Amino acid sequence: MALPPPDPQFVLRGTSAEVHTLHFYCGGQEPDYPILFSGSSNGLIHVWNLKTRRVDTILDGHGGKSVYWVEAINGRDRLLSQGSNQQICLWDLAEGRNTVTDSVFTENVGFCKSSLLKVAQGHWLMAMPGKDLDEVQVLELPSKTSVCTLKPEADAKPGMPMCLKLWQPDFGSCPFLLAGYEDGSVILWNLSGGKILSRLGCHQEPVMSLDFDSEKKKGVSGSSEEVLTVWSLDEQQNLKVQKTHKLVNAGIADVAIRQDKKILATAGWDHRIRIFGWKKLKPLAILNYHTATVHCVSFSDHSRPSERLLAAGSKDHRISIWSIYNQTSGALHCSLETRKPD
Amino acid sequence: MDPEPFEVGHVVREAINILSSSRNGVQISEALGTIKCYLGGTENQAPLKEREEFTRVHFSAFLRGLVSNLSPDWIELLTSDQQKELWDSFFLEGPADQVFLVLLDSIISMGPSFCLMKVISILEQFLQTGGMSALMWEVCHQQAQAGLPTFQETLLNKVVCLPDHLCNKLQGNNLPIFFPQNYFPLLATEIIQVLQRISDSLRDGLDCSISFVSQVLGKVCMHGRREEILKVLVPRLMDLTKVDCIWQRICWRLVECVPDRWIEAVVCGFVQKAPGADVLSRLLGNLVVKNKKAQFVVTQKLLLQQYSYATAVLQNLLGYLALDSLRRYLLIKVLKELLETWGSSSAVKHSPVEQQLYVSKAILICLSHLKEPEIESNGQELLTSMMGGMKCHLDSNLPRVRRLGMIVAESISSRITTDGPCLKFQYEDDDETRELKSLQQTALLQLPVTDLPNHEGGEGDMVKSTWTNSCLRFFHSDDDLIPYDMSEDKELKKMKVPVYIRDCIEVLTGSEDMDKWEATMKVLESLIRRNSATTREVSMELAKVLLHLEEKTYIEGFVELRKRALVAVTITDAVVQYLTSQFYSLNYSLCQRMDILDVLALAAQELSQPQASGKNKPRSTQSPCIQTVPGSDSSQNWRRIVDERIKSKTRRLAKGQSLVEPACGPNKFSSLAGHFFFPLIQNFDRPLVTFDLLGDDHLVLGRLAHTLAILMYFAIHTVAAAAMGKSLLEFVWALRFHTDSYVRQGLLSAVSSILLSVPSERLLEDMTDEFLETQSWLADVAEKDPDGDCRRLAWQNLLLMENLLKKLRSVPS
Repeated sequence: MALPPPDPQFVLRGTSAEVHTLHFYCGGQEPDYPILFSGSSNGLIHVWNLKTRRVDTILDGHGGKSVYWVEAINGRDRLLSQGSNQQICLWDLAEGRNTVTDSVFTENVGFCKSSLLKVAQGHWLMAMPGKDLDEVQVLELPSKTSVCTLKPEADAKPGMPMCLKLWQPDFGSCPFLLAGYEDGSVILWNLSGGKILSRLGCHQEPVMSLDFDSEKKKGVSGSSEEVLTVWSLDEQQNLKVQKTHKLVNAGIADVAIRQDKKILATAGWDHRIRIFGWKKLKPLAILNYHTATVHCVSFSDHSRPSERLLAAGSKDHRISIWSIYNQTSGALHCSLETRKPD
Repeated sequence: MDPEPFEVGHVVREAINILSSSRNGVQISEALGTIKCYLGGTENQAPLKEREEFTRVHFSAFLRGLVSNLSPDWIELLTSDQQKELWDSFFLEGPADQVFLVLLDSIISMGPSFCLMKVISILEQFLQTGGMSALMWEVCHQQAQAGLPTFQETLLNKVVCLPDHLCNKLQGNNLPIFFPQNYFPLLATEIIQVLQRISDSLRDGLDCSISFVSQVLGKVCMHGRREEILKVLVPRLMDLTKVDCIWQRICWRLVECVPDRWIEAVVCGFVQKAPGADVLSRLLGNLVVKNKKAQFVVTQKLLLQQYSYATAVLQNLLGYLALDSLRRYLLIKVLKELLETWGSSSAVKHSPVEQQLYVSKAILICLSHLKEPEIESNGQELLTSMMGGMKCHLDSNLPRVRRLGMIVAESISSRITTDGPCLKFQYEDDDETRELKSLQQTALLQLPVTDLPNHEGGEGDMVKSTWTNSCLRFFHSDDDLIPYDMSEDKELKKMKVPVYIRDCIEVLTGSEDMDKWEATMKVLESLIRRNSATTREVSMELAKVLLHLEEKTYIEGFVELRKRALVAVTITDAVVQYLTSQFYSLNYSLCQRMDILDVLALAAQELSQPQASGKNKPRSTQSPCIQTVPGSDSSQNWRRIVDERIKSKTRRLAKGQSLVEPACGPNKFSSLAGHFFFPLIQNFDRPLVTFDLLGDDHLVLGRLAHTLAILMYFAIHTVAAAAMGKSLLEFVWALRFHTDSYVRQGLLSAVSSILLSVPSERLLEDMTDEFLETQSWLADVAEKDPDGDCRRLAWQNLLLMENLLKKLRSVPS
């Protein structure tokens, strides 16, 4: 008999609005405590102290419009946030400040989350939805200069970009962008040429979220239908469907692969968080806590694997924090021992 | 001094005279020395002929003389060395059988005295120095030359009853060596010694009779000491027979020579003690084929008449029958007889469940031993008995019996039909079913010993392959993450649930939208409980709809949901009359009728319980779950509750204390009890076209009896209780000899309820006759009923009655 799934380790309450996005920052040294940023539909960004499990600071910079992407940049003192007021703000949080030091106007009315990639010390690339509906714009930060604009050819008609993922095979090499579109296809863009390398129609419905494992050249995407698709990128830079998994209930709002590439978490419209083994997409657990759609999942970047957490934000205003499959060596050991008798 | 041959008698007499009259130590020791010559073993022994004459004719008499002269001052005349050498040695070195008899006779006839202590210590030494094996050897030896039957008989009695004699004589001062738990193991080792000597003499080509040893063994077993003796004997014989065929023959002979009247005890003992079928086969040989009595014991008594043995015993027994080709015909014969019992409807009805379990186990083990050709040749017969047996098992009201039938039928059908579909029933596995299923495989595991090396090789390979498998799995997959339980992952329903009861009725009667229908079912109970006013307006309609509601699509816990809704309606507004009238009307399924009973019982419970704030809280979580699955937990559940109450009640009566009620409120059931009760009880003997309580529908009758018991129980402190009790007693009386144990259980529960709920004065004054009649019936049930639960309930009832009477007597009228 399998063990019953665990309960959340703790739950963060008090955003009093739907939680749309989560971002951990746990890399700091000792006096710095791990923190979690959450963006909610009332335009507020909460900075949670994971040690005391309370709100440290509340940032209000999107005029009451929903915040759907936050990401720390350059340590814990700088934060990027994207809201549906068409602004991407850069926050200065150092020494107790909480001011918007810079902002970018996205000219886009969708809710496609941006994607950030560190390309060199002090230099980042940020992909964000562009001015035209089907356009993606890539900026260089902090200079805010446009690197390229990725626009599909006129007859491709993939619709709006729904989710973006910037990545590069090795540090310093040419970056790529993976984008999921409204028509259910995932497109691999080459940033240097601004050209489509591969296009894979892997869903019938809009791609809601994707994540990519640049080591194994393998990614996963979820859409509003009841299928989770894993695709891989071969040597010729072609995307191919590797495996699909049919879910009980339709709709995946977010997918996230843990940094150690062992497990994958999905945020379901059916209120459930699902955990899969990343190697074979083996279903591992159903975490049932929320009472409404789960909007986002995020893994913490704790340096010690045993402390790694999973956070999920939901429409029910709560953020659940889970500690799951993080006893790597121990689990390995005992699984070997339990298997011996058979 | 060199006595003449014909003078042996004279010399012995003289010596005895000296011993009894002389007070001179030297003279006495000389006389003893003279006689000692006849025993032999010393340097100046008498001629062989005289020695033989002495041992045959005079020895016992001389020993008696020795014992009778024994007294403290007489023995003082000899030095302690002389005592040992002259006095003790007669007993320890003389012919053991005579010594033993003289010793025991003297012990039995003597009162407590110095002399007795001396004799007992001699007997102790005799036992310690291997006297018993000498004795048995002596008898075996004589038997070869035809001994004296009466003498042997006496000897046998004394050998077996030694612990009893000594215990009687010595009472609290008994020596440990004479305790049965020490004596019989000693006797067993002595038997092994004798057998050893017999085997030696057989090897030397001498003839030897073993029958005295067999008699000892048989009589000991018969006297209820088989545990003690076989505990030592069987393991030793097991070792000795492992390699040696002479020992095997001796062992077979040992069992075969046991007289018929004791063979049962011996065979039972061996079957129980042997650690496996192969050992049993080695020890018993083909005894069952040779000895009719043993055959009867093995094939009939142990299998069909008794049922207290462990499964291992059954496996031994049937494995033993299967192991030799000469005995295999018995295995098939036994299987047929077992199947006949299993398939007899009278046995299913009247024999205890434990026995049925035992028979089922035996059948499964038999089946596992059968080989393909044997099954093929008996296939048709097996099929016929399977069909018959299955039918009468499935007819039973007891779920355990039904399940036994299913398992046995499944296993028979899987053996008959090697290809193609075989029977498959749906039931929930529990420890019992798992054990039964494991029995089907056991015989395959007990492969003959010769296959062992092969077998081991195979196993080794298997271990290796699983190991490599697991390694591979470990390196090539993400299996190191163990999945959690994911059974909760079900489809999420998003459906607008109705808010008004009228909407619910509409959905339930008309809607084709299954999701909506399901959502309605789920909220119905809480809606009814929340809006009691609206419920009252539509209660009758709602009850009708719910009663006729069928499960259009699978909904988890539908039966439970419907029942709870019905209970809620029944409590909110009195639709009791409707329900009770429908119970006896046409065109209902048995299931619906039983639902009515369940609903009435649950509603009665809820009504009778005080509700603290008068607020109608939904108590669905607390109410005991009753399932419509016939004869399932519900009755047990109820009975458990009632039993608990009975217990608490009995204690209260005895202590004369009362417990503090946690909550108070008017008993709402009190005014309605009659409406619940009387319509149900009045029509039970009037058969309808589709519904005959006294005929085939005894399952419903059982449920009715249980329900009436529950209603009676909750009617405590109500005005109607006495009248209800009276008619319920009549109901019980009319049905008391019902063949179905489930019905009887219901009746006995009803009696308990009556005893608890009806005021005791009313019970004893107004219903004296019924009370006494019931009491005598209960006494009968408590003693003779085949069903254990019935007996237990009857005892409980008798105890309750006893308490009632006691209480009444203690209160002066």
